[in-house]
Amino acid sequence: MRDSAASRLEKGAPVRLDKVSFSYGEAPLVFDVEFAAAKITAIMGPSGSGKSTLLNLVAGFETPQSGRVLIGGADVSVEPPSMRPVSMVFQENNLFAHLTVAQNVGLGRSPSLRLTEADHAAITEALERTGLAGKEKRLPRELSGGERQRVALARVLVRDRPVLLLDEPFASLGPALRDDMLDMVAAVHAERGMTVLFVTHQPEDARRIGQNMVFLDDGLVAATGKADDFFAGAGPEAFRRYIGAST
Amino acid sequence: MQRATSDPRITAGIAALAAIALLIGGAFAGLLFEGVHDLSGAWAAFDPYLLRVVRFTLWQAALSALLSVVPALFVARALSRHPRFPGRAFILQLFAVPLALPAIVAALGILALYGRAGYFAGVIGGGSWPGIYGLSGILVAHVFFNLPLATRLFLEALQTIPTDQWRLASQLGMAARSAFRLIEWPTLRAALPGVAGLVFMLCITSFTIILTLGGGPAATTLEVGIYQALRFDFDPARAVTLTLLQIALTFIVMLALTRLGANVVGDTNLPVAQRRYLSVGGGETWLNAMLIVLALLFVVGPMAATVMAGLGADLDRLAGEATVRQATLTSVVLGFLSALLSVMLSLALTMARRALALNSRAGRKTLLEHAADTGASFVLVVPPIVVGAGWFLLLRHVGDVFAIAPVMVVTVNAVMAMPFALRAIRPAYDAASERHERLCAQLGIVGWNRLMLVDWPSLRRPLATAFAFAMALSLGDLGVIALFGSDSVQTLPYLLLARMGSYRTEDAAGLALLLGLVCLSLIVAAHWLGREKLRDA
Repeated sequence: MRDSAASRLEKGAPVRLDKVSFSYGEAPLVFDVEFAAAKITAIMGPSGSGKSTLLNLVAGFETPQSGRVLIGGADVSVEPPSMRPVSMVFQENNLFAHLTVAQNVGLGRSPSLRLTEADHAAITEALERTGLAGKEKRLPRELSGGERQRVALARVLVRDRPVLLLDEPFASLGPALRDDMLDMVAAVHAERGMTVLFVTHQPEDARRIGQNMVFLDDGLVAATGKADDFFAGAGPEAFRRYIGAST
Repeated sequence: MQRATSDPRITAGIAALAAIALLIGGAFAGLLFEGVHDLSGAWAAFDPYLLRVVRFTLWQAALSALLSVVPALFVARALSRHPRFPGRAFILQLFAVPLALPAIVAALGILALYGRAGYFAGVIGGGSWPGIYGLSGILVAHVFFNLPLATRLFLEALQTIPTDQWRLASQLGMAARSAFRLIEWPTLRAALPGVAGLVFMLCITSFTIILTLGGGPAATTLEVGIYQALRFDFDPARAVTLTLLQIALTFIVMLALTRLGANVVGDTNLPVAQRRYLSVGGGETWLNAMLIVLALLFVVGPMAATVMAGLGADLDRLAGEATVRQATLTSVVLGFLSALLSVMLSLALTMARRALALNSRAGRKTLLEHAADTGASFVLVVPPIVVGAGWFLLLRHVGDVFAIAPVMVVTVNAVMAMPFALRAIRPAYDAASERHERLCAQLGIVGWNRLMLVDWPSLRRPLATAFAFAMALSLGDLGVIALFGSDSVQTLPYLLLARMGSYRTEDAAGLALLLGLVCLSLIVAAHWLGREKLRDA
């Protein structure tokens, strides 16, 4: 019943921004780029280069001034966020503070929390999968920062959309915890094969799970390619400067 | 954008604005209809008496503002210089009480204390005390309300002085006089126009105090004039003229106030004493202590008198009286409905404003957004009496004006409480929206689902605060019911006024105690609910 267009899509739909321009009233951002289906693409670039805006355009929180956003070949430029075949994990505020872990995950199945037996089973399974079994009844404030982001991942699992957007979701976690979370994302990706767009500031994060790389600079797509090539030194000069400055 | 217009929050906001526009617009329609109907009568109302009324309205407000604000400067300074003054926190709490008291309760307390037959006259000795009807009574009552308010506002301003400035002052060895000149006075001077303007505004629109303590044509203001024209002289044309003048007057003052950047809602936070680095000399300490104690006595006096006189009444008999029971029930029901309506309207406006702001983050504000933003504060320009008068004039052609009393009391008081309700709801809603907006959009949580699953749980407390505040305001209001009240529809304030009018002072005192306690507990509940916040993840 819900999101018919979304669930009809093949696992891992390609995401394409076709000459999309957008501006917050200053210099416009222009994106013309394709993200390969079923791959993890790291999106990097200096602050203000438009990384988060790009994700917001794909998710539907912003509407392009011109150009089209295509997911799996379909034009979704004016679709509201909930109708797009997309899940997104933010840096914070992924959970409703007054709802339990299970309810927060359940919202991924039904925005009115009217859940079927099958939904409940899926929720339980997702919580087990993310190592949260036994914490169904907890409130977000009773969880650690890492656990909260895992609840968000569990919701991604039950929502089961072909595109996953990660907007620096682990930036506030310590290094070891961050690696755990990245491995969990990689495992989920291996299982579900969705297209992942992963915004990060940390080169080691991109290197750990990124297959492809899109490098943004000053509101434009400055370079694209295999992540390994970028880190082997084949990236553009701007990328090497950025890496050098940030590590 | 297609998404923007389909947001049910905006629809709710438009509905709320339409309801408010209908209420205010209906009142204006009534006024204009009546004015056009009897143009010569409206012109004829511009007589020397009218000029006297206007002059007195301004004169009493100016005097009240002066007498409230100037002493408040020094009381606030005294309190700020003695962060460990015995009972300081309690004194500040007491200074918040007049804001919560219905005007008619305060008026009764003041009469019980300073009236011709009051406690004061008893102490001085019978006969020689003239009582305080007229200008003196009005001034005492206005200062009773506004001195504590101004003190708290000034104190709040003084608390904004950074601690480092005080550290510096004490290091440089500044004496009290130079510290006042160089540190305190610049801050107070910046707050002065706003505070004085607010008090002036409150006194211009004060109705109950003038009605109960003015005591005659010599001490009548525009608002009381409107009431008399409608209820006693049956002179609608004069009422129209008075009302239009009142609107013009409040509008001008309001405009000036907004220019001054004043906070026209006049509700203050309780200032917390901060650590100070200053030493106050012995002489100054005594002077300050005396100031504080005098202000305290002035504020506590009428409250104590209310309690004493109330306890002196035959409370058992009052409680058994059918009229009293009926009026209490009416008050509670109307107050409840009014508060409910007020909270619903405020929530709808808040939600629409936020939704519109999110949609046009980059673009310019639309007219609708402006309306949702400032619509409620315009309501302050139009005092309850004025709205009531407009509808009174309109409805008297249609049928029984007094039958509509409950509807008028509920709606007018609901809209009048909106600025206060908005103050409680808006910051909470905007903060919750900041956290939840994208998540809701992503998960498709909209409309009723969003209200029940997301907004209600995070807004319960601020909504309860707004509700308690609105209910207290509505319960204590005498403006609308004074126009529309009758033997068949009486609220507690109306009954109180009737008992005062028929010289059943004991009954009035008992009712005042009851009404004061109810309103006070509601306000205390509102503050308590507003302070405790859910810890968020």
